Amino acid sequence: MTTKHYLQSTSHAAPLAVFRVLFGFMMLISMIRFWVNGWIEKLYLEPTFHFKYFGFEWVSVPGNVTYILFLSCGTAAFLVAIGLYYRVAIILFFLSFTYIELLDKTTYLNHYYFISLLSFLMIWLPANAYFSCDNFRKNRTYTKIPGWTIDSIKVLLAIVYFYAGVAKLNSDWLLKATPLKIWLPSKFNFPFIGDTLMQQEWFHYAMSWGGMIYDIAIPFLLFYKRTRILAFALVVFFHVFTRALFPIGMFPYIMIVSCLIFFETNFHLRIISFLKSIGQGWFKLKPTKQLELYKMKHERWALLMITLFLFLQLLFPWRYLLYPGELFWTEEGYRFSWRVMLMEKAGIANFKVVNSETKEYFFIDNSDFLSTFQEKQMSFQPDFILEYAHYLGDHFKSQGHKHIEIYVDCYVALNGRPSQRFIDPSINLLKEKESFKHKTWILAFNDEIKGL
Amino acid sequence: MKKLSSILIMAILIVACSSSDEGYGGGNENPSFDQVVLLSNLADNLIIPSFNQLQTQLSAFDVARAGFINDRTQENLNALSSAWQEAYMAWQHVEMFNIGEAELQAGNPTGFVSFFNIYPVTVSDIKSAAEGNSYDLNSSFYHDAQGFPALDYLIHGIAEGDTTPLDKFTSNENFEGYIEFLTNVTSQMMAKNNAIINSWTSTYRDAFVSNMGSTATSSFNKIVNDYIYYYEKGLRAAKIGIPAGNFSNTPLPEKVEAYYKQDLSRTFALEALDAVIEVFNGSNGSGFADYLDFLDRSDLKIDIQNQFAEARTKIQGLNLNFYQQVQDDNTKMTEAYDALQAAVVLLKVDMVSAFSVSIDYVDADGD
Repeated sequence: MTTKHYLQSTSHAAPLAVFRVLFGFMMLISMIRFWVNGWIEKLYLEPTFHFKYFGFEWVSVPGNVTYILFLSCGTAAFLVAIGLYYRVAIILFFLSFTYIELLDKTTYLNHYYFISLLSFLMIWLPANAYFSCDNFRKNRTYTKIPGWTIDSIKVLLAIVYFYAGVAKLNSDWLLKATPLKIWLPSKFNFPFIGDTLMQQEWFHYAMSWGGMIYDIAIPFLLFYKRTRILAFALVVFFHVFTRALFPIGMFPYIMIVSCLIFFETNFHLRIISFLKSIGQGWFKLKPTKQLELYKMKHERWALLMITLFLFLQLLFPWRYLLYPGELFWTEEGYRFSWRVMLMEKAGIANFKVVNSETKEYFFIDNSDFLSTFQEKQMSFQPDFILEYAHYLGDHFKSQGHKHIEIYVDCYVALNGRPSQRFIDPSINLLKEKESFKHKTWILAFNDEIKGL
Repeated sequence: MKKLSSILIMAILIVACSSSDEGYGGGNENPSFDQVVLLSNLADNLIIPSFNQLQTQLSAFDVARAGFINDRTQENLNALSSAWQEAYMAWQHVEMFNIGEAELQAGNPTGFVSFFNIYPVTVSDIKSAAEGNSYDLNSSFYHDAQGFPALDYLIHGIAEGDTTPLDKFTSNENFEGYIEFLTNVTSQMMAKNNAIINSWTSTYRDAFVSNMGSTATSSFNKIVNDYIYYYEKGLRAAKIGIPAGNFSNTPLPEKVEAYYKQDLSRTFALEALDAVIEVFNGSNGSGFADYLDFLDRSDLKIDIQNQFAEARTKIQGLNLNFYQQVQDDNTKMTEAYDALQAAVVLLKVDMVSAFSVSIDYVDADGD
């Protein structure tokens, strides 16, 4: 099949419609869960200071309007699910969700990033062509959509899994079985295997290797029709198992549901007729005009946009190669690269405020300025440390202190190695500026981690 | 394609088996670490006995108090002072156990410490109470005017216009108020400690031991967090760092523990460090040290023990009276602080990492 043929081929609209419904409801549940757990207050309203992404310092927690932000994000998710004013809803969802994520990088999670990317992608897709409220609003239902629109989601999912697997190709994960060797034994009260398998060293290795092979292989097994059911069974098992082991929230369910898109039209039509049979008793709707192919208004532009987007996704995780030093240590280029559960990393950072004239100094009690969660994340990530140092500098300047210099005494332990000094203690952090350049004041890692 | 999947499973199995061979050769069953043993040892041999010991000393103090009120002589005040010192020593062994009933008592994260050891004491609040103004020892406003620091002031401090500590209870125009306040503070401490002991001996002991696991709310996770928190704030910062001026522009010697008695600050600091070491080693039973051994991290255990020992030596080298030490040679104070701080790194970074417990109670999602 030539590229031209491929681009002109069509698919049934059902898989994308089901994806839209499930995605929308998953997001709605996530928003409600976040709210009910009190995390809006705990993560956004209570801390007085927030860590910003470089270039997004202008994003700020809007006080009580944060609730409205979450409310609009949840509402948008619901509208996406039912397919009402879909385009507006998915744009609103993408913007509000991403804005929330930009509020504080302390809460960065790969799966939040995944949600942002996915919702951005969905802006360009005709997910409301079929089985949506927009069908009734416009009195038009389409059964066919361009085939590449569905494939674009599959490719994004494949990138996530594959890169997560590639990231595991390192000596810590494969040859030392860390961090699983550190984490699993502490789950000794896990049903059935907690006290037995979880304690066995061979099991830690099996889990490490199995996880790596799973991540790398699963996209192919899902693409290929004859292995699809096995692959999906593996997806369910893997995600349910990790959900039971680690506090990873909604992410496993979102991935399980997302992988359904690999199944064929008939499967999705059955889901739709099932959903319809539930809904039928509630309200009667008169059938809409049935049309064949959904003609995308600016298909060329959407295609170009998505091709660029996916291409960028392929390249972006490799940016760490531009930095010297060990990636796990400096974390320069670590985020936004599907590096999931790769490190057991902990640190401690004691800041010293010095008056350069009198040489008088005092230490900072971090709990005066940061939540425990922020302090934990700050203490082993150089960009956090720098940003916090500048915040402290501004704070004490505004209190009338003069000739301020700020130094940090910071130790970090990575994957079971003894802790080691992390930041050059003789560097006045106020003299350093955040940038995409390598941070020369991070001390070299004492060990070596081989691999990608 | 069924072949592919069977190959996949085979591959996993092969890897699994081969790595198990190199992992360990002996027929070691490698069972999980027995948390029950550690938690029951903590509860039965360290926590409950320490609270009981405090109660014994507080009762003895109460007897001395009654004797003193009956016959308000300097001699009886001295006896009261010794009883106070004994009870304060016992306190150094319980302050780290801010868990269960203790944690809930004050409605704030400081927990029961709010009623026992918030210093420096606010003398004006005690004066106001003695003058007959109404006060409530349970309100947060009075947290810094009760407990051992308040007793310290009552027994060793000199009230405005008086010439000796004893005057408070004899010639001071509000002597009756001071007597009453002394009694109320004592009763408050006994009541709070009693409630903690009752909770431990009735239901909490079993709840504590059986709440296993490594989640944020498990007993082990909480006790490790409490332990480190105490070491960092209660011992390192409050007893040494704050008076030495580590957190301020200038040293603050008036913030030492037992400020009015003064010559006890080193004794208390050493007692507190010994209590910390005892919990680490598990007394005669299973402690954090044993868990590290189990995890093949004896290297870390030894590092921590050595660092504790170094900190102990540094503190030993200080004046009995830290107020004096800060003024004579504060460098020695900051050196002791640095030695204590070095152990914080080992506890909070290395040990917590090895135990795989999370260092805070935030239950937000992970990746």
